[in-house]
Amino acid sequence: MAAKSNSLFNGAIARRAVLESFKKLDPRIQVRNPVMFVVYIGSMLTSVLFIQALFGHGEARPGFILAVSLWLWFTVLFANFAEAMAEGRGKAQADTLRRARRDTPAKKLTQARRDAPVQTVSATTLRKDDIILAEAGDLIPADGEVIEGVASVDESAITGESAPVIRESGGDRSSVTGGTRVLSDWLIIRVACNPGETFLDRMIAMVEGAKRQKTPNEIALNILLAKLTIIFLLATATLLPFSIYAVNAAGHGAPVTLTVLVALLICLIPTTIGGLLSAIGIAGMDRMIQKNVIATSGRAVEAAGNVDVLLLDKTGTITLGNRQAVSFIPAKGVTVEQLADAAQLSSLADETPEGRSIVVLAKERYKLRGRELSSLHAEFIPFTAQSRMSGVDFDGRKIRKGAADAIAAYVTELGGEMGASVKTAVDEISRRGGTPLAVADGPKVLGVIELKDIVKGGIKERFLQLRRMGIKTVMITGDNPLTAAAIAAEAGVDDFLAQATPETKLKLIREYQQGGRLVAMTGDGTNDAPALAQADVAVAMNSGTQAAKEAGNMVDLDSNPTKLIEVIESGKQLLMTRGSLTTFSIANDVSKYFAIIPAIFVGIYPAMGRLNIMHLATPGSAIMSAVIFNALIIIVLIPLALRGVKYRPMPAGKLLLQNILLYGVGGLIVPFIGIKLINMVLVAMHLA
Amino acid sequence: MTPNAWIQMGLFVLVLVALVKPLGAFMARVYEGQPCGLDKPLGSLEQLTYRAAGIKPDQPMTWKTYAVALLLFNLLGGVAVYALQRLQGFLPLNPEHLGAVSPDLAWNTAISFISNTNWQSYNGETTMSYLTQMLALTVQNFVSAATGMAVLVALIRGIRGKQTDNLGNFWVDLVRSTLYILLPLSFVLALLLVSQGVVQTFAPYKKVPLLQPVSYVQSTTGAGGKTNNKTVWVKHQVLPLGPAASQIAIKQLGTNGGGFFGVNSAHPFENPNPLSNFLEVLAILLIPASLCYTFGRMVGDTRQGWAIFAAMLIIFVPLMVGCVWAEHAGNPKLAALGVNQSPSALMSGGNMEGKETRFGVTDSAIWATATTAASNGSVNSMHDSYTPLGGLVPMWLMELGEVIFGGVGSGLYGMLMFVIVAVFIAGLMVGRTPEYLGKKIEAFEMKMATICVLVPPALVLVTAAIACVTVMGTSAIENPGAHGFSEILYWASSVGNNNGSAFAGLGTNAPFYNIAGGVLMWVSRYFLIVPTLALAGSLAKKKRIPVSSGTLPTHDALFTAWLVATVVLIGALTFLPALALGPIVESLHLWH
Repeated sequence: MAAKSNSLFNGAIARRAVLESFKKLDPRIQVRNPVMFVVYIGSMLTSVLFIQALFGHGEARPGFILAVSLWLWFTVLFANFAEAMAEGRGKAQADTLRRARRDTPAKKLTQARRDAPVQTVSATTLRKDDIILAEAGDLIPADGEVIEGVASVDESAITGESAPVIRESGGDRSSVTGGTRVLSDWLIIRVACNPGETFLDRMIAMVEGAKRQKTPNEIALNILLAKLTIIFLLATATLLPFSIYAVNAAGHGAPVTLTVLVALLICLIPTTIGGLLSAIGIAGMDRMIQKNVIATSGRAVEAAGNVDVLLLDKTGTITLGNRQAVSFIPAKGVTVEQLADAAQLSSLADETPEGRSIVVLAKERYKLRGRELSSLHAEFIPFTAQSRMSGVDFDGRKIRKGAADAIAAYVTELGGEMGASVKTAVDEISRRGGTPLAVADGPKVLGVIELKDIVKGGIKERFLQLRRMGIKTVMITGDNPLTAAAIAAEAGVDDFLAQATPETKLKLIREYQQGGRLVAMTGDGTNDAPALAQADVAVAMNSGTQAAKEAGNMVDLDSNPTKLIEVIESGKQLLMTRGSLTTFSIANDVSKYFAIIPAIFVGIYPAMGRLNIMHLATPGSAIMSAVIFNALIIIVLIPLALRGVKYRPMPAGKLLLQNILLYGVGGLIVPFIGIKLINMVLVAMHLA
Repeated sequence: MTPNAWIQMGLFVLVLVALVKPLGAFMARVYEGQPCGLDKPLGSLEQLTYRAAGIKPDQPMTWKTYAVALLLFNLLGGVAVYALQRLQGFLPLNPEHLGAVSPDLAWNTAISFISNTNWQSYNGETTMSYLTQMLALTVQNFVSAATGMAVLVALIRGIRGKQTDNLGNFWVDLVRSTLYILLPLSFVLALLLVSQGVVQTFAPYKKVPLLQPVSYVQSTTGAGGKTNNKTVWVKHQVLPLGPAASQIAIKQLGTNGGGFFGVNSAHPFENPNPLSNFLEVLAILLIPASLCYTFGRMVGDTRQGWAIFAAMLIIFVPLMVGCVWAEHAGNPKLAALGVNQSPSALMSGGNMEGKETRFGVTDSAIWATATTAASNGSVNSMHDSYTPLGGLVPMWLMELGEVIFGGVGSGLYGMLMFVIVAVFIAGLMVGRTPEYLGKKIEAFEMKMATICVLVPPALVLVTAAIACVTVMGTSAIENPGAHGFSEILYWASSVGNNNGSAFAGLGTNAPFYNIAGGVLMWVSRYFLIVPTLALAGSLAKKKRIPVSSGTLPTHDALFTAWLVATVVLIGALTFLPALALGPIVESLHLWH
């Protein structure tokens, strides 16, 4: 992102957040958060009590009521500030993005031809399926699909990556995003969406949190917090009648005042988590954006934490980009030169890295020069996912290369068969983890090309971590089962899907989901779209097709398939932060009781003073200390809420123990110290 | 504390733990419809019941059908209990010619017995005929317990169900619980109790001459305001009798607690000696504890059951030790007067006020803890006379929501609601949507579970508050000061959690307490059962997520500790302010 801010507290954002925290005092905003709404009402109530006290009818000293009231208002403001801080970072990014959405002129074409008449219109008037032209130096006015041309495009406005990318018609690099700039050549683009629905628009809405809806776990947590609030409301409200009875029974003292009851209530209800809850959610989305992943909803981020099966494409994710041809193994009765020649011919028009590596190997080892296809009057047969072969037809020869079983089926159809020597070679290569490509000339199998995969360094350790997190990794590959098994073993994945087609991929995802598992995958091609739509967490590569981006629920701007692992960690971190702060918030209540209960009852029953184990100076200062602690802890925890609780991959049991010790036991102890310290400060300032 | 006290407590816990697995396994077989050893003698009776009542035992029920069947059955039971009390004067088996019970008391008693609370605002021997005791009260002792067990079984089926809405059949669960579990156990226990001297007879009350006649002075105000003092000699005593043993067995086993006689198990005809006392106190916790194992068996992982049992035991044992310790410590005010409260060969020592000499401090305090941990409520000593901290233990155990063993069935399904809350927070802390036994805990489950956790404390606090500041509430208090508050709080905690134990010292046979008590018992029973069944229905519909190392383990020591912390913390945070004004300040005043 252009304005990537790594520091949590950026001055400009903080200033804007301060202003925002006052704006958020609007009751229509406050009512959305039940816990903080109670604090809000409490602040108003104590303000009224203060005014009443000013006129001499107060239930306590006006100064005391004012102090309580002020700190309650601070509590509300601090919670607002936390939310505004979380939103602020998104807003700053949205502003940068908006600059990219200037109203650009668009060259509208009447027909999808380079030489068709051009009409210059405003980008905002473009509709879906309009045809536009973008030439070197132009800003692409809308999202779309390249239908003609090849050009280098600067996408840094969206991805933050300054290196230009190639966009061309057909294939998996055909989608362009509005707001990016064509650097060279030209593109004819079919507009993919109406104004206001573009990727940029959606991204701005996402980072601003404008369309933020509560996620399922957030809703469930809100229910718990609301119910706890009701319990504490009852526990404190009934103290008034209970204390009236106690006053009658003891014969002296005064019933608890409303101010003190409100103070006790606010201390007990889970304001720490209640005040930080929405900030945590927004910050979770924001962390994704920092990693250059745009999620279409908070729900998707949360689902990422639940993923237990990870489908990873072998190529590019597990292995280093491309397989390389390493040797030719001819069939019985065929010379290696014959095989190399046929292999090279079949690969001349094959622009895949594998194809090129075959041509290169044949040239280097057997001095076979590449020939011009056009001079041979050859017809190139492209690879398809169904046939799993490619090849060339010329001079009546039909040379094919492809997966061994596909070639076997092909030659059988033509009346030939695959010899035993070829089968042995195929098995041999597969066992080594290589990929055998059989080459056939008509019904005759000439031999096998050995392609080899290079497994990425460090990937095995990543999978081990995932296993410890309870996530199963499945490698998806078009290779045959033997090859797949060898690479799977080398990379350390739990399972693999060999000879994958879009259909088998989709079927596999459905099977896992039927078994109650949540599946995550990455994809970029149009044929990945059905599987992406079916997967629970689907990260589409930004370099991928429009169809893939539409089907996924996240887009990775860096187009890095390994990032799925980070996405999962972010999802877990989001849930953990909520859980840990909830625990912390509730555990805090114990010490607050020890501060407040003796303070409010010591007037009725002097013996209660013995429960003042923190030795807080006076009843009033004890209550104030608890209220101040309760407000300040929100500010103290804002960085944690924005950054998220630290996540390290480990089994759930260990993780729980660590977080219970840190936030549960810590939550019991910290406020005892905090309240005592605040009380000492109050005494030192002669406020006690 | 004496070594004897440690031995008694140790023995009690040991025998209880030893019985959990055999009885739990037996009950699992009963609910799974597997052979349980009693099929031969009772199977035909079961079939006969179904045929006579027109029940189709194979018919599956959704949670709604299950709930409707249960509520209708309980409603009918309530009407029958009410009618029998009101009409007992015209009905047979009433040798003492007891008249109709007052409407507010009859309402209170009807709700009390169908809801498995068994709060008694009356004295059995002076209020209820033999017929009412047997046909109304004893019958409800069985079926109210069976109702609780049925709800638990439905919840278990919901937890282990895989995308189904079938929770089983209420009628079958009710009949099998009664026929195979409650009746045989009660039969055995009743025989054992009779062997120890518990009465079981239809004979009328007996008038016996006293060995040592007693006298007292009666003052009457004659005409003209003149006071006449007259010495009255009592030479005879009426000994109430009745079919007690059969009712006491189920009263203990079914966590009912409603005594045959007014003083409950402190009465020599209900609980004559330490052996009968041991059997009765064991019977209180027997089924609720064993159901934990049944649960583990039925969900296919007995460790899950043991974890919950361990959590209950971890809360129970220290509280029991605390109560026994507090009572052994005695009363410092009496010590200051030179009263000997130390244990010796001939006396138990400690705070003996309100306790039976044949049980002493230890057996009384163990009973007080067990009867309030389980929602039993029977007593063998008067809790009102306990030391402040000794009395705090039973009060707080009830306020925890009757989930430390709790009522038969209801204790465990209540505890499972706390498990869901605990799982939810812990689940978030490990970074996954929380799940329990493979079922995702989402918004609806949270709503239902938190209703179940919230309703009882809300009832208790609000009702106690009303009683504190109204004349109708405070006029019933027999002890002034903070103790009077403890009495009100104890009453509200008892009826608001379906326990039925009485602190005494509060004249509760008054319209306010009878009517409010009835409402509390009704709400806290059925407003928990319906959400529990709804939760079961929702869980049953879900997919079961397979276990991985990312799954939060719910069977290990860590989760057990977490569950204990959740229950204790919610209980403490809710009631600490109230308890501070009652037993805690009383204790501060007593010891300084």
